[in-house]
Amino acid sequence: MSDVPSLTATDRGPCLLQARGAWTVSHVELLERLCGDASRGKAGPIDLSGVTALDTVGAWLFEKLARSVPSGGSQSAFVGVPAAYSGLLNEVHQLNRAQTGARRPHGFPIDRLVRMGRELAADSLAFLHMLGAISMALLGVLRRPASFRLTSMVYQLGRVGWQAIPIMALITFLIGAIIAQQGIFHFRKFGAESYVVDMVGILVLREIGVLIVAIMVAGRSGSAYTAELGSMKMREEIDALSTMGLDPVSVLILPRVLALIVALPILAFLGSMAALYGGGLVAWLYGGMSPAIFIARLREAVSVTHFEVGILKAPFMALVIGLVAACEGFKVKGSAESLGAQTTASVVKSIFLVIVLDGLFAIFFASIGM
Amino acid sequence: MVAGQIAIRVRDLVVGFGDRIVIDHLTLDVRAAEILGMVGASGGGKSVLMRTLIGLLPRRSGTVEFPLSSPNGSVPRGVLFQQGALFSALNARQNVQFPLREAAHLSPALLDEIANAKLEMVGLSASDGEKFPAELSGGMTKRVALARALALDPALLFLDEPTSGLDPIAAGEFDALIKTLQRTLGFTVFMITHDLNTLAAVCDRVAALADGRIAALGPLPDVLKSDHPWVRAYFHGARAQMLHLA
Repeated sequence: MSDVPSLTATDRGPCLLQARGAWTVSHVELLERLCGDASRGKAGPIDLSGVTALDTVGAWLFEKLARSVPSGGSQSAFVGVPAAYSGLLNEVHQLNRAQTGARRPHGFPIDRLVRMGRELAADSLAFLHMLGAISMALLGVLRRPASFRLTSMVYQLGRVGWQAIPIMALITFLIGAIIAQQGIFHFRKFGAESYVVDMVGILVLREIGVLIVAIMVAGRSGSAYTAELGSMKMREEIDALSTMGLDPVSVLILPRVLALIVALPILAFLGSMAALYGGGLVAWLYGGMSPAIFIARLREAVSVTHFEVGILKAPFMALVIGLVAACEGFKVKGSAESLGAQTTASVVKSIFLVIVLDGLFAIFFASIGM
Repeated sequence: MVAGQIAIRVRDLVVGFGDRIVIDHLTLDVRAAEILGMVGASGGGKSVLMRTLIGLLPRRSGTVEFPLSSPNGSVPRGVLFQQGALFSALNARQNVQFPLREAAHLSPALLDEIANAKLEMVGLSASDGEKFPAELSGGMTKRVALARALALDPALLFLDEPTSGLDPIAAGEFDALIKTLQRTLGFTVFMITHDLNTLAAVCDRVAALADGRIAALGPLPDVLKSDHPWVRAYFHGARAQMLHLA
């Protein structure tokens, strides 16, 4: 095809280059190679009379060639420019004059660590700030109970509590069943099958019940809170609230966090019961232990202390999930990507903090002998 | 591209949703290297017509041809959406580079240079390229979107209300920019606008869309003389009078 671009030296005049064909983006690989070869040799004015098509990419490559010639007066860099393309060449001649700094290099590992440290500090500060703001909002509500958004809290309670019950019960039921099955399978080797009841009871009531439910709530409701608050932030709804003299924390966040604090212990209790039910069912069907014996052994194995240890942790985990969700929601900036990033961060951070909190509680309860 | 040729040939175009006909046997020729301004009532089908021409909406019947399409049948075209439609995950420079990156294999250095050149062409600086769409003002968003629409040097440019949401100064600058780029690069512009200033300052011809058809077509002075009731109401209403068009 005659459109294939070329750049050849001709003997008309010293080092005159002749360009032919279509200098367009569709031939850019060839063009870059041609220009690379040409700029290594000595170049003079370029004859453009054979150019059949020219776009910005081609014009820019010509301009670069012209600029690479040290003494080339730029007006005389091209000869025989077709009339249709002179405007484009003149336009390109004005461009990219400012020296732009090289692209910012990606940070060294040390820089990255420093940045991570800064982010961690900023996150902790934002977390404490949110805790303070919620405490202030709570104090305000205690002083003027009529200002509390009861309707909003009840609505949120329905969303994060009532509607979550089926999935929470199903998951914890399965977890309880799996723990019992694994316990029976492995304890059978030592003839210690009956201790499966102790294991299921203590594990579920102290740790698994509340932990699984808290992680589920972080994924289900924490992410929803972040996405809601984030999109409200994006669409300036939160600014609109502030301009009406309302405190976004007491209108939006306090009812949500309180709803979580109420819902999570209830869900943890229901989850624990579902897990014990699952464990009992497996012990009966797989381990051959009748329900009456299971319940009798369970009564011996667990005390109300185990239950207290589990359920006491739930409100604190709910507070952490709510705070993280609110902080991340308020961090959302204008873009859709930022909303996604903060929602992800909300779930990851709240699950991490829930597990860390669980560890701290384990140390605390062990040291006070519970 | 030779003036006088037809860039878009629309014949008997019908577009509708359900039992509602939006574009009713519309016939229109857009000439090469002209700026055609399309006016019409809000919700009157201007955007539907444009989206049909671009190929985003299916047509019931009729034909849309691009006689100047390249030999392989593709129509190089750029579209400036009303809200810019910049990819929010990419910064301004990456937005401009995106079509280039998809179309051809450019070296990273050349890709940066071309993107910077495009940004400068639309009146931005290379350092603006680092900004993300969320950090851009309305006028800058439009300019970056224009740079992205022009990334592949299209022969056809579709603009959906390019000056909406801009203050009169920014709108005037944007009008001048479109005019200058069109003169330099020689592309054809199909523009939807409500901005009477834009119509007067930039457009070579004006088409008025009413009841799903072209009610008036021609240079602005000719359209102003039209007898069509909607066209008269549009151009001779109080707001138009203020601009001393009539």
